[in-house]
This record gives sequence, C-alpha cells and structure tokens, in this order.
Amino acid sequence: MLLAPAPFVPALFAPALAVHDLNLLIDGAAVVDGVDFAVASGEVMALVGESGCGKSLTAHAIMRLLPDAVRQGRGRIELDGENLSALSERQMRRVRGRRISMIFQEPQAALDPLSTVGAQVAEATGLPRSQAREAVLRMLAEVGISDPARRIDQYPFELSGGMCQRVMIASALIARPAVLIADEPTTALDVTIQAQILDLLRRLAVERGTAIVLITHDMGVVADIADRVAVMYAGRIAETGDTAAIFAAPRHPYTALLLAALPRLTDVPRSRLAVIEGRVPAPAEFPPGCRFAGRCPLADDHCRAEVPPLRDVGSGHLSACWHSEAVR
Amino acid sequence: MRPRISAGIWIILALIVLFAVAALLAPWVSPHDPLRQSLLLRLRPPGSATASAGVFPLGTDDLGRDLLSRILYGARASFAVAILSVSVSLVVGTLLGLVAGWFRGWTATLIMRFVDAMLSVPAILLAVLTVAVLGPSFVTLILVLGFTRWPRYTRVAYASTLQVAALPFIAAAEMSGAGSGRILLRHVLPNIAGPLLVVATSEFGLMILFEAGLSFLGLGIQPPAPSWGSIMSAGRQYVERAWWLTVFPGLGLFTLVVCVNVLGDWLRDRLDPRSAGR
Amino acid sequence: MGRYIAGRLAQAAIATFIVITIVFFVMRLSGDPTLLLVPEGANAAQIAELRHALGFDRPLPVQYLGYLNDLAHFDLGQSLVQRAPVWLIVQSRIPYTVALAAGALVFALVTGIPAGIAMAVWRGGITERLLSAVVLAGQSLPTFWSGILLILLFGVSLRWLPTSGADGPASLVMPSVVLGALAMSTFARMTRISVLEELGRDYVTAARARGLSMGAAVMRHVLRNAAIPVLTVVALEVGNLLAGAVIVETVFTWPGIGQLAMQSIFARDFLVVQAIVLFVSVVYIALNLLTDLAYSAVDPRIRGMA
Ligand SMILES: Nc1ncnc2c1ncn2[C@@H]1O[C@H](COP(=O)(O)OP(=O)(O)OP(=O)(O)O)[C@@H](O)[C@H]1O
Ligand code: SF4
Ligand SMILES: [Mg+2]
Repeated sequence: MLLAPAPFVPALFAPALAVHDLNLLIDGAAVVDGVDFAVASGEVMALVGESGCGKSLTAHAIMRLLPDAVRQGRGRIELDGENLSALSERQMRRVRGRRISMIFQEPQAALDPLSTVGAQVAEATGLPRSQAREAVLRMLAEVGISDPARRIDQYPFELSGGMCQRVMIASALIARPAVLIADEPTTALDVTIQAQILDLLRRLAVERGTAIVLITHDMGVVADIADRVAVMYAGRIAETGDTAAIFAAPRHPYTALLLAALPRLTDVPRSRLAVIEGRVPAPAEFPPGCRFAGRCPLADDHCRAEVPPLRDVGSGHLSACWHSEAVR
Repeated sequence: MRPRISAGIWIILALIVLFAVAALLAPWVSPHDPLRQSLLLRLRPPGSATASAGVFPLGTDDLGRDLLSRILYGARASFAVAILSVSVSLVVGTLLGLVAGWFRGWTATLIMRFVDAMLSVPAILLAVLTVAVLGPSFVTLILVLGFTRWPRYTRVAYASTLQVAALPFIAAAEMSGAGSGRILLRHVLPNIAGPLLVVATSEFGLMILFEAGLSFLGLGIQPPAPSWGSIMSAGRQYVERAWWLTVFPGLGLFTLVVCVNVLGDWLRDRLDPRSAGR
Repeated sequence: MGRYIAGRLAQAAIATFIVITIVFFVMRLSGDPTLLLVPEGANAAQIAELRHALGFDRPLPVQYLGYLNDLAHFDLGQSLVQRAPVWLIVQSRIPYTVALAAGALVFALVTGIPAGIAMAVWRGGITERLLSAVVLAGQSLPTFWSGILLILLFGVSLRWLPTSGADGPASLVMPSVVLGALAMSTFARMTRISVLEELGRDYVTAARARGLSMGAAVMRHVLRNAAIPVLTVVALEVGNLLAGAVIVETVFTWPGIGQLAMQSIFARDFLVVQAIVLFVSVVYIALNLLTDLAYSAVDPRIRGMA
C-alpha cells in the first residue's frame, strides 16, 4: 500500500525536523560543517555518505547525545518549529523517545543484555512496566514480532538480529514520536531481513506519518525507500534533493560517482560507497576549499581555494559544487 | 608515546629521586649515628637541642637515638630490599613467562598452573611463613619477597610473549636460523619490556610496603638496624607520648609509595593506552 | 554449563594441591622442621626423640605422603606448645577474623563502589580528582601507620572508640576501616573502569534516546552490567583482607587468626602457622571458585547456555 511518491514540496513548508547550519567540532576540527536539512511528516529522508563522514554524529547531535569528545559549535535544530538547542537537559529528556527517537546500527549492542526486551520497550512510555505491558505487547505485534507474549520476557541474546531491530523500532515508536532517526538500521542484518525492516519503516512513515531520517551508506537502500536524499561528504552536504531527481541527474561529481558505481538495476547487489578512488581526508587534514577536491575529476584551483556553497540547481535540488553544470 | 611529561610527573620523579639520593647519601647527610643510644636523651620531641649532642630535627626514639638519622638509614633498607627483591622476581618471572609463551603446549600449562596456584596463596602470608621458617635476615627478606612475587611478571611476560611471537619479524628471525634463546633475548624481550616495567613499578611500591610491614611485625630488618617498619613498631608503644616516632617514618613511607604508585599509573597509561586508568 | 563447572572445579583442586605442596616444602626450607617445633631449651636427645615421633626422620617422599594423608583426614596436627589440636586453636580465632574481614569488606564495598561510579559518571571534573586522590591514598597507606594514626586520633585524643581488643562492635570500626582501605581503592578503580566501559556502549545511548536521564540509565542498565567484572574482584579482595589481617590484628590487638599467626611464630608453634596459611589459601581458592560459579548463574547469557 505504498503511496505514489508525492511531488517534492513538503519539507519546505512543514518540516517536522529541520537542521540548520550544524557544526560539530573534535579538537577544533569541524567534522560536521554547516549541515542543513529538513524532513516532513510521513517522509523518508536518507542521509548518505562514506564511513566517517559525520552521519552518526549528526544524528547524535539532533538527540543531543554527543560523545564527550565532540562539541557542538554553530547550529540550530528545530522540531515542529521549536528550537531544541534552547531546551534544558531536563526538557530535552521529555523530547527524547516521545517526540524524536533513534534506532541503531547494531540492534544487539543497542539493547541492554541484562534487561528483558519488554522492560526496555516499556521505558520509552515513561509508565511503570506493569501498566505499559499491554501497550508493549501491541507495539511488538505491530512491528511484526510473532508471539509477543513470549518475546516480551526474553533477553536480547535470545532473539535474532532482525528481531532485536524490530524490538528497537518498537521501543522507538511506542510513544508515537514525530521523528525517527534510523542510523544504518539494516547494515548489520542479512539481505532478506534488511528488506523486511526497510518495508516496516516505510509502512510506519506512511501509516503513522512519522518523519524518518534514514542514515545509510547504501545507494540501493536510498533508491528503495527514500523520498529525498542528502549526500554528505567529509562533514558537509554535497548534494540534496528529490531521490528521483538525483538518481536521474546528479549534479555533484561525488553523487555521480556513487551512482556510476551502482549497478543499473538498483535493487540487486548493494554496493558499498568505497568504490571511488582515494580516501576521505582526516578531519585534521581537511583542505581549505572543496573537501572533495582531492578525489574529484573536475577539480581545479578555484575548487581547492574556495568552499563551494550549496546552490539551487533546480526545484529544490541543491548542489555544493563549482562545476555542477559540468556533471554528467 | 609522546615525549611530553607533565609538570606533576616531574614533581613525582623529583621526589622519588630525592628519597633515593637521601637513602644513598645517608651516612653523609645524617646528623647523628643512627645506632648511638643515650638514655638521657630518650623521647625528645622534634627540634630538641642539647649543648653536647646538637640538634635532633625530628626528635629521638625510646633509646635516645636520632629519629631523622634512623629514617634516612631506614630509607636505605627500603630501597635496597625493594630494588633487590623486584630484580629477583622480575628475572625469575620473566624467564618463566618467556619460556611458557615461547614453547607453549605442556610447558606453558605446567608453568601457568603453578602461577595460578602461587597467586592463590596470599603473598604476605607465604612471606610471613617463609621468613619465620628461615629466620629473619636481610637476605631472607629479599629471597622471600623475590620468590613469592614472580608470578605476576610471569603472567604478563607470558601474555606478551604469545603476542610478540606471532609477529612476522619473529618468524623471519627463526628462518634465518637464530636459536630460541637468542630470539627470546634479542627480539622478544625488548618488545615485552614495557608491560613488565609497568608491573615492576607497581611491585616496587608494594615491596616497600611489604618490607616495612614485615619489619613492623619483627620479621624483616632486625633491630637495632633501622627500618621504617621497625621504627614504627617500637614507636607504637609510645604513641601517646611520642607521636613523632610513628608520624614521621609513616609519612616518609606513605609519600614514597604514593609517588611510586602515581608513576606506575602514568607509565601504564603511557605504555598501554587501552588500560588507561586501571 | 556442566562442563564449565567441572573444568572450574578441577582447576580449583589443582590449585589447592599445589598450595599444599608449596607449604610442605616451605616448612622444610630450613632443612630440619623439627627445630621449628621444639620448645625453647630442648636438648639434643629430646630433639631426636621428637624428630622420630613426628616422622621427620623418614625420607621426604614418605613424609609428603603422610602429610597429604593427614590433610585428607583433616588432621592438622597437635600443637606442642599449647598441647591441643591445631585445628581447635585456629578454629577458636576464625570468627574474629571473619568479623574483621566482613567489616572491612562492607566498608570497602559501600565506599569504593559509589566512589567508582561517581568517578566514571562525573569524569573530568573536580569530583573525579578528589576521589582519585582518596583512591590513591587508600592504595598507598601502610595499614600499620594508618591504624596507629586512627588510634591516636579517635582512641587517644577524641576517645570515641576503643584503641584495642575486641569488646563490642565499636572495637571493630577502626580495624575495619584500616583493613578495608586498600580494597576500597581496588573496588573504586575497578568500578570506575567497568562503568566507563559500559557508559560507552550503544545500549546506554539507546536508553537515553528513549528519554531516560543519565542517572536512570546508570541505575537501570549500566550498574548491573558493570557489576559483573567488579564482583569477580570481590573474592580476590576477601583473600587479601584475610592476609592483611596479620598486620591489622597486630596493630589493634584483635584476637583473630592474624594475631594468632604472629603469636605462634614467636612461640615457635609452627604447625599453627602452617594451618593458618593453608586455611587462608583454601578459603581464597574456594571464594574464587564460588564467584565464578555465581557469576555464571547471574548472567542470563551464561545461564542460557545450560
Ligand atoms: N566519540 C568520538 N570521539 C572522537 N571522534 C569521533 C567520535 N565519534 C566519531 N568520531 C569521528 O567523527 C567523524 C565522524 O564520525 P561518524 O560516526 O559521524 O561517521 P559516520 O558517517 O556515522 O560513519 P559510519 O558509516 O562509519 O558509521 C569520524 O572521523 C570519527 O572518527
Ligand atoms: S567543487 Fe570542484 S572539487 Fe568540489 S566537487 Fe565540484 S568540481 Fe569537484
Ligand atoms: Mg555511523
């Protein structure tokens, strides 16, 4: 019961979540630099990029759960128009799990091995466990866990990886948050389970109107379920726009190379993004201009000297490249 | 390993050196003969001075001996016992660990089982029993501490040797026809020195405490020779009248052990960042 | 799981056997153990007679088998000084040492574990610095010094607590604190590392992402996971407490087995000393065994492997 993909507009006027100019620093280096994006209710937006480009840090910054070593510089995060950065930690606690929640790459690691599945799902409701039990059972059933009455009292090690991810999704969605951040939710799972979990997420977005930020480094996954994409490179947004538009005509050399490396039948073997020659520079060695210049076939002196701004290249499709017209 | 050393560590190192130098130079820097008794000068408080005998900066003990001089000589005993016993256990423990890690198989099983058993006899008790059997003396003390404390080195040497022996350059050395002994000493030993140094440092502090503890119990350095432990043991009976007999030697002991422990933690963090803080 | 238990039992049995053997040889290090046992002032004929009576004139292997046989029958020999079975003498002192070790353990647990948690949770701040200083002190304090200082302060100057002996729970306070200081440091360090390690795990972030406060995440999830490695050192520390009791009992004239060991050494009653060393070692091995078994029962992952 997939809806036909709506023409691209929603994020522009009713974003459930909007990130503006997010800057994250480690030892003074901007590992995430000026990231902007927005997601609307019922929409799946994919945040794509190679390992280490700052996707997870961006997600943690939204939740305000950054690791000790990482500091937020500039940036503003809005949830339904409310500035989260201005909230106290106590207020933020009421946002987490209720209005935005998050699921993780390794579901087994994201569950406390010594607590039962039910106890962990119940936590997000804020209710005592006995009162939450009915709701937990219903939620477990909704995310496709068979025999929830038995599963609810089991420990994570008794469940498969796919089951654990369903439990995580249940715990993330039980309080009906407006936004779900899914950080590589299927990377650690095998292919058939991957497809099931993605279907589940898609269905939840449509049925519950949840806005989903799906972090992945798999263009195949993007093609499968994302309405829109933001491609990240070395802590910056390289290109963003409608999935269909970007797949049809990428306007950033990095995206173009990613797509070129993808088999035409977008569904079949998934390609990792490591197929482009060269390596992402380390944060300490970021060049002054375009961070992709070291690996870009179109790079010239201008690219190396000046940071390309994100510019509109047509109906909400943005690209941060001095030579976006030259990209085929 | 970055070469930067913090100011705190410099202070710690300076204090340890100060203790060591004081111990080394005890005969020259002591104001008095640590063994000279004088019943007229019993239990004089710190700073006492007499026309005939001079100043007693830290006071005198129950036999009228100068406390500062006894503490300085006591530091000698502490360092001597700690250095020698750590050397003995370091050599014995490392050799066994190298052998176990290199030959593996039943040799390792035998050695490591023995290590487990040794570690399950609380060391201080085994030391007490052994000293009591052999009769207390300086040599007994060193042998006893040396031979009860080697298992920790063996564990570390064994684990490190296993790791190093798996590295390609060891295979290369074997290929070039070098014998086991040569490979172990020339190639393996330098590569496992770091963790052993960490153990040796923490053991050094422990040995200083053990020496003092055994001497306190009357099983270490024998009176009248001065040792921090025996000074305190004697001072205990006069604790109400002559606090300085317990406070000063204990303060010296405590300060030295704190310094050694801080140094040990710092070395561990440096040499093995994974176990930082442990 | 059955195999695990069997393996662990065998390991403990081997350790016990080796310990027993080590003690046998240590007792013979001076050449003639008879000399350790004769009362002061015995003449040569008396010594020879005793040597024969105790079987020390037999070949070493025979002595060894006899010793094993005695131990197997739980026979620790007769004290020639007190003219009583060694085990009875030791037994009468055990409750005191157990009380002392328990007091020290309680002190170490209730101070060390919260300190370790606080150091991990409030890392990098003033709390951690202060607590690390306390931990360092606990780890570096000679018990005979801290003991005397406490006696001086609370016994002599303030007169709050008895300075020595064993009358009532008040007598137990100072020795417990002094003996427990080192274990406190060990628990604090272990807890700190263990909690830090757990705090870095995804499930903590996930719990906070569900809206739990840091405190709630620590209480509900981190502590239980962090407890496992800490529990394994508790048994080791109990062994160290029993051994450390030798000095602390001497300082506070506490009538436990530590004091008995020292009295017996000076009274040349070596069979008692031997019995104490064997007893403490066996308790130590048994405690380690029990923790490992308890550990496997607590952790649902291991429990599930049945
Ligand atoms: N706790 C941390 N301390 C220090 N540096 C960190 C920490 N977490 C991440 N980083 C650094 O920040 C950068 C971005 O990391 P991030 O985890 O956001 O990448 P990612 O895009 O999610 O990659 P992946 O696909 O591997 O998950 C990397 O260079 C990483 O080394
Ligand atoms: S700005 Fe220049 S270097 Fe950067 S992507 Fe565009 S063409 Fe390549
Ligand atoms: Mg990531």
